[in-house]
Amino acid sequence: MSASYILKRLMMIVYTLLVVSLIVFAITQILPADAAVMMLGENATDEALEALRQSMGLNAPIWMQYGQWLGHLLQGDFGHSLRTGQAIGPVMFEALGRSMLLAVLSIGLMLVIAVPLGIIAAIRRGRIADMLVSLVSYIGVSLPEFVTATIAVLVFADLMAWLPPTGYVPLTENFADGLAHLVLPVCVISIILIAHVSRMVRSELVDVLHSDYIRAARMKGLSSGTVLRRHALRNALLPTITIVALDVGYLLGGVIVVEEIFAIPGIGRQLIVAIQARDLPSIQAGVLIMAATYSIVNFAADILYAWLDKRIQYD
Amino acid sequence: MTEFLKRLLRTPQGAIGLVLVLLVLIVVIFGPSLAPHDPESLKPLARYKGMSAAYWLGTDQYGRDIFSRLLIGARATVTMAVLATVVGTLAGAVIGTTSAFLGGRADEVIMRTIDAVMSIPSLLFALLIVNLLGSSTANALVAVAIAFAPGMARITRSVALSVRKQDYVSAAIARGESASYIVMREMLPNVIAPIIVEMTIRVSFAVMLFATLSFLGLGAQPPAAEWGLMVSEARRYMHLSAGILVWPSIAIALVAIGFNLLGDGLRDALNPRT
Repeated sequence: MSASYILKRLMMIVYTLLVVSLIVFAITQILPADAAVMMLGENATDEALEALRQSMGLNAPIWMQYGQWLGHLLQGDFGHSLRTGQAIGPVMFEALGRSMLLAVLSIGLMLVIAVPLGIIAAIRRGRIADMLVSLVSYIGVSLPEFVTATIAVLVFADLMAWLPPTGYVPLTENFADGLAHLVLPVCVISIILIAHVSRMVRSELVDVLHSDYIRAARMKGLSSGTVLRRHALRNALLPTITIVALDVGYLLGGVIVVEEIFAIPGIGRQLIVAIQARDLPSIQAGVLIMAATYSIVNFAADILYAWLDKRIQYD
Repeated sequence: MTEFLKRLLRTPQGAIGLVLVLLVLIVVIFGPSLAPHDPESLKPLARYKGMSAAYWLGTDQYGRDIFSRLLIGARATVTMAVLATVVGTLAGAVIGTTSAFLGGRADEVIMRTIDAVMSIPSLLFALLIVNLLGSSTANALVAVAIAFAPGMARITRSVALSVRKQDYVSAAIARGESASYIVMREMLPNVIAPIIVEMTIRVSFAVMLFATLSFLGLGAQPPAAEWGLMVSEARRYMHLSAGILVWPSIAIALVAIGFNLLGDGLRDALNPRT
């Protein structure tokens, strides 16, 4: 992994954010909402509206508005919410923190379950264990989050009353209660990821187990456990890094639905509220932050992959 | 064709997937005439009924027959999902093939831009577009199609690139075959197959995406019998009768599983090596 590779990947992130900012700006410009009307209300006088538009720079040409917006962004200024009047940056990043907690816990739970499932299915290919894992993963992939979330609330909160149905309690405030509120959302987000990743781990491992170097290791007389641990798993699990990173895009989408259903004040819920209220600056900031998160995670995954891969070559 | 069908049916995924998708197709085409009750007639005296001979899957919070609503709703959910996937795939295929054909700098720029667009989660993209165009089924279709196009463009490009470099294409050129023969008999079948596989699997995503949009109140509007909307409406009454929630959920899952299995079965049948 050379410095020029890292530089090239960093340039790609910059380009990605530039494209996303253009798309988001274009979409929010076409949105049938007038920021001045939103701030002053429907009954505002024409003079007041005009004055506000003038002061907000809404009468300037579109490309100049875009340039100004981008300039503010580069200084870390996301603008102010049309709905609440608060500065968007701190609100969004605080929400992002809550969503990250949700995402990290979900990925952790997913890895703990999906990787062993995939390995078992690959070793027992074509047998009952494999069929069971396949069946479960097909069902998991085929249930949208809003369905699993609603059923989870019905069963574990309404009927059994084991867990709180919705809401969010900061872990710093009450750790046990906060954790209890996170159990259902984390499980719901994990289901699709588990289904997807366990299938990928299975197919990677099946491919690796059929490769020549595994045959050679077996012929050397190594036990099947050693072959699996020392030779097969390393190469089979590496692509999982890339898959998990790409799944982050899916995860961010899932977070939107899950946060909405469980009333978790994360970035997904902020976005839904902003979209429903046509709060343009908040929409712009939220989408950009999500795209940036996705790009950075994928960048990190690529670096990690290159680093691990090199180590295996020299090992 | 019969040879291919045999190969498809030999894998359990292919066989089950084909049966499920055919079943869905029958419901989409004949659903409204098969429905035993009017899906929108309200019967205040027959609310929250369980399964019975009169109401096979029970009734919902307004006394509407759930089975009839599912049969009618199949059109809204499945037809839209298939249409959106086809439109998105076509758009993506055009972009991807163009990019592979142009090659060099242009290819690089197009693909980097596609990557950038893909950094916006497709659900979020769909939400933005629906919000921009207004909540309706047709707009949801456009939104899902646009959200799918970049991914399909990426896949089509990689397939088109690899097919162009294949030995069998070079061999056909060396044999002196005509350009149309090479394109029609050597390249096209190999480009189309992976795209059809991907498209089939994506229909299940589209079904879920549509249902999610309706669930969030941005797709079909009440009193439509759209499945995602049915789940959404069931949330407030689910503790009174779980059936209102469970049956549309199962319907969504069955369609998604069917298209997923069929896609995997098609992939195996088209790739006899693996």
